Amino acid sequence: MKPTPVKAKAQEVIKDASMLKQKEMMAKHYDRLSDAPETGQKVASTFVPGNLNELLMCFDLVNNLPEVNAIQSGLRRQSGGYIMEAERSGHSEDVCTYVKSDIGMMMKGNIGPNGRKLPNPDVLLLSYTGCFTFLKWFELLREQYKCPTIFLQTPYMADGKVTPNMVQYMVKQFKEDVIPTLEKVSGVKFDIDRLREYLKKSAKAEDDLVHVLQSAKNKPSPIDAYFGGIYYIGPIFGAFRGTDDAIDYYRFLREEVDARVAAGKGPVTPDGDMPEEKYRLVVEGPPNYTNFRQFWKMFYEEGATVVASSYTKVGGTYDLGFRHDYERPLETMAEYCLGVYTNRSLPMRIDMLVDYINEYEADGLLINSIKSCNSFSAGQLLIMREVEKRTGKPAAFIETDLVDPRYFSAANVKNRLESYFQMVEQKRSGKGAAA
Amino acid sequence: MTNTTTSEIVERCQALYDDMHFNAAREWKKAVPGRKVVGFMPIYIPRELIHAAGMLPLGIMGGGDNLEVIHGDAYYQSYICRIPRSTIELGVSGRLDFVDAMLFPSICDVIRNLSGMWKMLFPNVYSKYFDVPQTYEDSVGGEFYIGEMREFLHDLEELGGRKITDDDIRNSIAVYNENRKLIAELYDLRAAKPWLAPASEAYLVIRAGLVLPVEEHSKLLRQYIDATSSEDRPIKDNSKVIVTGMFCEQPPLNLLKSLELSGCYVVDDDFMLVSRWLVDDVPTEGDPVYNLSQAFLHHSRSTAAKYEPNQQEKGQFLVRSVKRTGAEGVIFASPSFCDPALLDRPMLQHVLADAGIPYIAFKYAENSGQMQPIREQAGTFVDSIKLWSAA
Ligand code: SF4
Ligand code: SF4
Repeated sequence: MKPTPVKAKAQEVIKDASMLKQKEMMAKHYDRLSDAPETGQKVASTFVPGNLNELLMCFDLVNNLPEVNAIQSGLRRQSGGYIMEAERSGHSEDVCTYVKSDIGMMMKGNIGPNGRKLPNPDVLLLSYTGCFTFLKWFELLREQYKCPTIFLQTPYMADGKVTPNMVQYMVKQFKEDVIPTLEKVSGVKFDIDRLREYLKKSAKAEDDLVHVLQSAKNKPSPIDAYFGGIYYIGPIFGAFRGTDDAIDYYRFLREEVDARVAAGKGPVTPDGDMPEEKYRLVVEGPPNYTNFRQFWKMFYEEGATVVASSYTKVGGTYDLGFRHDYERPLETMAEYCLGVYTNRSLPMRIDMLVDYINEYEADGLLINSIKSCNSFSAGQLLIMREVEKRTGKPAAFIETDLVDPRYFSAANVKNRLESYFQMVEQKRSGKGAAA
Repeated sequence: MTNTTTSEIVERCQALYDDMHFNAAREWKKAVPGRKVVGFMPIYIPRELIHAAGMLPLGIMGGGDNLEVIHGDAYYQSYICRIPRSTIELGVSGRLDFVDAMLFPSICDVIRNLSGMWKMLFPNVYSKYFDVPQTYEDSVGGEFYIGEMREFLHDLEELGGRKITDDDIRNSIAVYNENRKLIAELYDLRAAKPWLAPASEAYLVIRAGLVLPVEEHSKLLRQYIDATSSEDRPIKDNSKVIVTGMFCEQPPLNLLKSLELSGCYVVDDDFMLVSRWLVDDVPTEGDPVYNLSQAFLHHSRSTAAKYEPNQQEKGQFLVRSVKRTGAEGVIFASPSFCDPALLDRPMLQHVLADAGIPYIAFKYAENSGQMQPIREQAGTFVDSIKLWSAA
């Protein structure tokens, strides 16, 4: 095996034009956050699943997402130190590492990925959607920031359906609590027509995003819907949904992807175009961010492309048909929150993964189980067995963490992946497929 | 019956606790054709509704340290708490084959996801994720909860094949009010004279209420409380402490005994919160479902699984409990990998620190065997409490 140069010369990472554009947008957003104390813009912290960017924009609030900050800290290899800091201050080693990364970052002065201080939030919009930990996370932040906290509960879609009682509950929360408090915090009066305008824009970008995600049905797939997918969802899951910037970005991305399809090209990886698509995978679970490139490389080096992933649906299940509907502004926001991936029952998650394997003609399912994320992880072993049973395709299970470097064992992950690819090969050649 | 001793009562409760086949509930069901049993997990469900339907609410608190988990581990990674795997074990090993319905309260994502797993594993059993509001305005969370309860009542009517009237529910509310009152009396007794009703005994007596019909359990509570006052038990030089964090996966009984052996009188706790969730009587006049929702919104306990809308109130329940019971310290005992308990812990600790209340913390699993470290830690804690109070 040829040794990989460890931190030799900074290797150039290949990025396609859309990735560069995305990076620029994110950088602009972080600057806007850091500038807030000077510009006087008020800041709302909130979560990705069930995030109400359109609504926040109606009050001129800038959206700060602690999960995304934790991801950035992970990618920049700072999360490990932050987590240790939080543990030293009394947080358990057992709990969600996003929370600890965020708390540790706060304790170390809240320096954002742009190297500048992130502002304290003026309001915490606790969208309790799809994850119990959110509830504790913002109670912890409230303790520090002592700012108004708005609680928005999204009932869980346990029986696979949205009932009128659920939607009414959410709409009532919007009307009686969320909107009035946002008005008070921001000093801006709520204008439902402004909300409609944003929602209209959201739907446009959503159309293009779905086109991009579904382009993976092509062979070869022009995108990697997990590692690459994370770049693609950035703007729409974050602070850009409902903006012209998002419309432009997704239009641009769509064209770029269409061009790749026309040229018969596979995805762009950090090492350039992927030469050959050998395996098509569906992945369940979030990625690891502390060793993101190394992790991705283990896939593309073997010619494995992820053609669909559940993680890219945590901020909305647009590919299942949901679009923000400006004609029913409050109801549509409720339905959006209700439908996000982690708010779906386990049987619904299984159905989705099975459908992905069939529709994207994948070779099988890979689960990246995150040590500290109960929302995703509890139940994944059953998911794996059930998907295997229903599709007849092999499934594999790896264990890492989102942002805690202590739980990324490269050798283990690589071994598992290699034996998984062998399994796929065997299945293809008919061996072991007797059942 | 008046002469029943505490040890006889505790022995009976211990047998119920040890019985992982739930024979008491099986017999109850067998006694009259058509009877139904509804299982539920921590943390809270309105048992009044199940009772009103003529069914037996059966609390399933995992397998404890009695149950050998053979299949359950295949469903969970090592970094997930124990209670879901031992509960699956109870299910797949047929120990719950007489249970007609299972309820999974909204306590955390593990139990939430287990509700879906149950649907897959036991498709012929009615199972429901029981969602409760985390917002406490009457017109918002209250209406949502009333809607959820009405849906549930409708399902119970289908399951039982009979209508549930408001009077049925009122009657059940009265029966549970009585039960809660007796449990509150037992806690008061423990706070005042902890040597008469040790926590490890009281635990078993209350736990029996999860498998017995409520009327029978109330009788048993009365007997136990009466029996304690007629017995002479030596007063020990123990320190009064509160334990918190045990609201879901239960500690092994040995853990409580170890705390007692190391010099603690446990005078308040959060075991089996379902028995004490509502802190006042629920009115028996008027719309019973509305009354239950009001009780839930405005007269229920604080715990990590609940959102606390008011920052000033965060953790105050512990401070109040310390005052009420005269406790000298707090022990945070949480199941390993329990996000709700462990994420809440630092906030509660800050509140205690501000109030000058000493505390320690450790983790356990329902099947923890080795108690020596816990005994040592608790012993040191008690010694230091004594030193502080002597200073
Ligand atoms: S538990 Fe999972 S879903 Fe929840 S905040 Fe942590 S990583 Fe996100
Ligand atoms: S012990 Fe904690 S994490 Fe486990 S199911 Fe119970 S509340 Fe959830």
